[in-house]
Amino acid sequence: MRRLGTLSVILFGSSFLLYNLAALSGDPLAELRTSHALNAQQQMLALTRKLQLDVPPPLRYFYWLRGLFGVFIGKFDLGQTRGSESVASAIGSAIPTTVRLVTTATITAILLGITIGIVTALRQYSKFDYSMTFVSFLLFSLPIFWVAVLLKQFMAIGFNNWLGEPSIPLQTVFVIGILLGLTIASVVGGSRTKSWKVFGGSAVVTIVLLEVLLKLNWFLQPGLGPIFYLLISVGIAFGVTQLSMGISNRVALKSSLTVAGIAFLFYFPMQKVFELQKQGLVLFGSAIITVLIAIGVALYFAKIDRAAVVRTTVLTAMLQGILMIVDQMMGTWERYMSSDAINLRPVPTVGQSNPLLEPGDYWLSTLDLYMHLVLPTIALTAISFAGYIRFSRGTMLEVLNQDYIRTARAKGLTERTVIMRHAFRNTMIPMTTIIVVDFASIIGGAIITERVFGWTGMGTLFNKAVGSFDLNLLMGVFFLTGSLALIANLVADLLYSALDPRIRVGSGK
Amino acid sequence: MIFSKKKTADVLEETSIINKETEGLSQGQIVRRRFFRHKGAMISIVFLSAIIVFVYSSLKTKIFGINYPGWWKYTIEDLPPLELGACKDGLVGCPTLSLRPHFMGGTGISLGEHPFGQDDIGRDYFALVMRGAQRSLMVTFVIGIIGGTIGTVIGAISGFYRGIVDSVLMRFTDFIITIPTIIIGSVIGFHFGNLGVGFLAFYLGLFAWTGLSRLVRGEFLTLREREFVDAARVAGATNRRIIFKHILPNAVGIIIVSVTLLMSGAILLETALSYLGFGVVSPDVSLGSLISQYQESFTTRPWLFWYPGLFIISIALSINFIGDGLRDAFDPRQRRRITKKDRERAVRLKREAAQK
Repeated sequence: MRRLGTLSVILFGSSFLLYNLAALSGDPLAELRTSHALNAQQQMLALTRKLQLDVPPPLRYFYWLRGLFGVFIGKFDLGQTRGSESVASAIGSAIPTTVRLVTTATITAILLGITIGIVTALRQYSKFDYSMTFVSFLLFSLPIFWVAVLLKQFMAIGFNNWLGEPSIPLQTVFVIGILLGLTIASVVGGSRTKSWKVFGGSAVVTIVLLEVLLKLNWFLQPGLGPIFYLLISVGIAFGVTQLSMGISNRVALKSSLTVAGIAFLFYFPMQKVFELQKQGLVLFGSAIITVLIAIGVALYFAKIDRAAVVRTTVLTAMLQGILMIVDQMMGTWERYMSSDAINLRPVPTVGQSNPLLEPGDYWLSTLDLYMHLVLPTIALTAISFAGYIRFSRGTMLEVLNQDYIRTARAKGLTERTVIMRHAFRNTMIPMTTIIVVDFASIIGGAIITERVFGWTGMGTLFNKAVGSFDLNLLMGVFFLTGSLALIANLVADLLYSALDPRIRVGSGK
Repeated sequence: MIFSKKKTADVLEETSIINKETEGLSQGQIVRRRFFRHKGAMISIVFLSAIIVFVYSSLKTKIFGINYPGWWKYTIEDLPPLELGACKDGLVGCPTLSLRPHFMGGTGISLGEHPFGQDDIGRDYFALVMRGAQRSLMVTFVIGIIGGTIGTVIGAISGFYRGIVDSVLMRFTDFIITIPTIIIGSVIGFHFGNLGVGFLAFYLGLFAWTGLSRLVRGEFLTLREREFVDAARVAGATNRRIIFKHILPNAVGIIIVSVTLLMSGAILLETALSYLGFGVVSPDVSLGSLISQYQESFTTRPWLFWYPGLFIISIALSINFIGDGLRDAFDPRQRRRITKKDRERAVRLKREAAQK
């Protein structure tokens, strides 16, 4: 409570400072002063009256503050922008766009970064480790707008051209296969013979798979079909069980496999369900039903250690649900590609949705949204996940050197248990605090990314506010992002001490 | 995993090799050795110094009233006519740099008239990139020095004295964190834009220390509880002596590492600000402003886009690698990988010792 008090004092101080700084930074009337329009004088007067420019900034700040405190008496008012729009509504309409843009990228970056970071820590000093270190440093050093322009040029336009006639020369297929094989082999590690086997196996599988996909013209008409769906969901069941409980835990394996079977049975009915109206609600409902079924199955099988089995099963079921949605998306792909608005060029370089696409079809418009997300997400992810790699690698190495890891190994626990139960969970403690702070900065948007890809979110608003000396708009954006950042820092501190009993919060006495 | 007997022997052997290496060396010597052994960092440090010398010696400048000629024939003010010669497809002012030697079917290694090409009004792009790199390097170092100093001082004081000093200073840090850098950049750009990049960098440095000060504070908080600090205090050392002689040398690793990170962040920050139009103002150029100025021309004249980007990447990359090398060198728990060569050397030494 006391910290909340300090927080508001800080926010008050910095907003006061910022208001004056921003007021000093430019003259909102500059454009009108130099214009030769006949009514320039009148416009200046009108604007002055509207924005109360005749009041000196330190005093004007308190007008703004009064509007802010209006929230307690039900008259919340952040002032108006220069274009006579209320700031609150401008921000309100920008938030969803920004959240959509940045959330995906942040989640991908966190998942990828932590996974790669932990794998590199486990295979320290391997080729994989060295190459990932180099890649993460390289990504660290890239300016985002530079990446964005390159992505637009090579990813989007190149991929679109390629889709016009999807064929890969045989030697390229081989190169891709060999590279993937090398990566997988260095991740798996092990003795020399084993890694050669893994390399050969994965390279051959990749090459054959690519060739088959090309022959079937899969890139133009993607889809899984029931058979592949069943295979992949059984794979998911095995994978999740192995990671969380170990294959040797028969109960967990049985319950995950049962869920996979149920998902397969639901595959055909769901095709009908996906055609219903109000898909958002339907999907939400299906997700809840999925979770309930998974819990039921898990409880039926598990007699002891129920929580862990339930967790595993629910995770499996959710992944299978997502897979089903992906399959549905793939089914929409061909329709999407051939629609007039897209005209066989599916990866867009600018904008947040395609205005030419007729609204109404849930799957088409969702797919369209996702396609517009592709490039910005890749750019943002590439920039930020390098940090996660470095950080999680460092933390994991630190944790692996701790005494309790040695104790766990000495007890004779399996390597999987040591890593997933002991090391991984302790690595996540410092990671959570970083993740919380990062999520708070999502709302602030990605100023540069938004500009490069032509999105209009919070970053654009901020940019516009700074560019046109629009004080009220600027303060509105700042107030939101600043308070979120402070609250996130507070939450991170509290979380940290909650997760790690060794940390004390307070004055330190 | 249960350690087999062989493995235990291996660990013992590795430990003895490592111990042998650090026998009779001071902390500074150990750190230096470890740093020199880090290949990436050594390559980067040579590379970065080469870039600095190359970039700063290239253009004609005036330092303290003395005209320094510079080895490149153009400056950013010159307006040579647009060259058509080397270009294909009706392009204008394309780069004349060629790196393909004769025997590979190229035109030989030569610079030509405009190695990086020309921009749309004919200015020599090599000169522009050199000037941009000069500006970006300066911004990087100024921000690194200013931010590093402030961050260390504030972090050290609040970590060492704790209590009320700590909470006041940390709340002040929170206060600075909430102010967006872009606002500061734009305010400075608006009022002091004509005073040049140095000024911009100075002011950005005044706001760039927050992360560092938190790190240093954390480090001081743990270090001050350690036994050697208690010992020094019992022996009657003053606070100043404890800070400078006992705690700071132990925290210097983390400080240096985060300052390098701060610097590589600074170069990106400057490019981002210039890209948004709040950084370096024309006619002066920085690498970021060059890219943002010519990003539209990527499809037609890609060289206007490639060269500044390459410079940004190589500067930031080498600073990052140096930071990584320093981190490895300062970390006492860091264990080097034992190579075959080390084993052989240990065996040889043992044999020689036995012969004596």
